[in-house]
Amino acid sequence: MDITALTSRRFLVPGLITLTVLATLPLYGSLYTVILITTILMYIILAVSWVIFSGPTGYMSLASAAFFGVGIYTAAVLMPNTGQLLPLPVVVAIAGLISGLLAVLVGALTLRLRGIYFAIFTFGLVEIIKQVLLYWEFEVTHTRGRFVVLVDNDTVFYIMLGIFVALMLTVYFIRRSKFGLALQSIGENEEAAAHTGINVTMVKVITFGISAIFMGAAGAIMATRWTYIDPYIAFNPLFSFMPVLMAIFGGMGQLYGPVIGAAIFAYLQETLQTTFPYYYMLIFGIVLVVAILYLPNGIVGLIQKLIQRWRKGGSAEQNANT
Amino acid sequence: MQILEGEGVTKYFGGLAAVSKVDFHVDQGEIAGLIGPNGAGKTTLFNLISAALVPKPGTIRFKGEKITGLKPHKICRLGLARTFQEVKIFSNMTVLENVLLGSLFGCSTGMSSADASREAEELLEFVGLSAVRTTPAKDLTLVNQKRIEVARALATKPELLMLDELMAGLNPAEVAQAMELVTRIRDKGITIFMIEHVMKAIMSVCDRIMVLHHGEKIAEGTPQEIAISKKVVEVYLGE
Ligand SMILES: Nc1ncnc2c1ncn2[C@@H]1O[C@H](COP(=O)(O)OP(=O)(O)OP(=O)(O)O)[C@@H](O)[C@H]1O
Ligand SMILES: [Mg+2]
Repeated sequence: MDITALTSRRFLVPGLITLTVLATLPLYGSLYTVILITTILMYIILAVSWVIFSGPTGYMSLASAAFFGVGIYTAAVLMPNTGQLLPLPVVVAIAGLISGLLAVLVGALTLRLRGIYFAIFTFGLVEIIKQVLLYWEFEVTHTRGRFVVLVDNDTVFYIMLGIFVALMLTVYFIRRSKFGLALQSIGENEEAAAHTGINVTMVKVITFGISAIFMGAAGAIMATRWTYIDPYIAFNPLFSFMPVLMAIFGGMGQLYGPVIGAAIFAYLQETLQTTFPYYYMLIFGIVLVVAILYLPNGIVGLIQKLIQRWRKGGSAEQNANT
Repeated sequence: MQILEGEGVTKYFGGLAAVSKVDFHVDQGEIAGLIGPNGAGKTTLFNLISAALVPKPGTIRFKGEKITGLKPHKICRLGLARTFQEVKIFSNMTVLENVLLGSLFGCSTGMSSADASREAEELLEFVGLSAVRTTPAKDLTLVNQKRIEVARALATKPELLMLDELMAGLNPAEVAQAMELVTRIRDKGITIFMIEHVMKAIMSVCDRIMVLHHGEKIAEGTPQEIAISKKVVEVYLGE
């Protein structure tokens, strides 16, 4: 407990500085920077939300694209370009709640599946929703895709930043709470956790739901930036894999691992995509394979190791001098 | 009074009857033993009682209430805790956190986290692990990991504690300490149901012993009666 208090103080100042720099970004940053940072925040939200559930429990969820896509579609339905039905923040909140409820439902049905079966099922969920929507648009509404109200870039940025801050606070409080301890114990040994009085199904389902809320909210706000969406765009499987890769790349041992991983990854993607439109996925793949082979604890693990070595080197030198 | 009773408890794995029509009971306040050769179905019976598995058919009652069909966490909160033959600890958590989880989640009456920590500390003292309270559980020796399991189970405030081979893999000195621990737990007023292969231990601490063989209960009685039972000597003690 003392350790969490210490680390929280250690992160408070850098956290507040980062937040101030980000919150004032539209005042000094170019339009391009604001859009880029919005995208990076989106990926950070997806990666960190994924880690909330899959990190401690060890259940590999590939449903992120489904929760993200449901958020996108919720925004498309509630804010068509023909006339916005509800204010933007309300739409974002509703999208988050719908994704969260979907996750609770799916979780209650599937969280008894372990390992690869859970991964496959959650990935199947993305495809199922996509197909249902395609069928619906083809047979019932006779449309293809939807247009969403255009929202100015600064508003999109601030709402994305708000979701990000809410997410980080949620993660922080979960980690410090007895709920977080129960969650961790499930990842360590689910059977022992159940026999210690922990309602393992409920803890898993609630956590799955919380992680989906943020994914859905991020989807809703992104929809306003894309303006045109269809089931292929909204339920792109890449949004299931990216959070996993980013989290592994950054390192899951610390909370800031996925944050850093997602930031670097998203930045690379945005820049590579414009400079090497055909090869960027290939470059990505290579970076990832190298990361998995040589950085078992991700970028953050590597940095920690370097710092340790540097400290050791420093103290050895001091000893030699005395 | 019988705190735990089972009627016609049966469990098949495919075609194999791991536990077959077993009637059993544990009296309030006693130390009851469960013995039998390897593969006799002892651990399976514990799994059926703690709801890791569901008997089919058969009913189990705890404090007069039918518990078959309940989820493991419910059974734990009713006051029935267990340890595992293959230790199942939360490896990357500290020793204290392992036990704290039991205090926080194991009893039906909610507890403030301050009370829970204090209780966890007391239990670490009770099993002799105070010195390593902040060590990650995975760094402890086998005997100490087993003590974590005992403390974690006790933290859930059980009325009945089931111990699955607490003494397996321990050296003679550690076995003696474990036996002493078992009697101290009973002196707290907790009923004990224990599986054990270490004969000296089971014969000296148990009030009553049941013997399983090929999933069936073949004998039951005081340690003296079991030691001279022809059937038991044939299948088990005579080896
Ligand atoms: N989950 C399972 N699936 C299939 N068979 C099982 C399972 N668990 C136990 N068995 C089988 O059931 C029988 C009883 O096993 P059990 O573990 O209950 O024996 P035991 O009396 O505890 O033995 P030991 O003294 O070796 O611990 C064995 O034949 C075992 O192989
Ligand atoms: Mg066994």
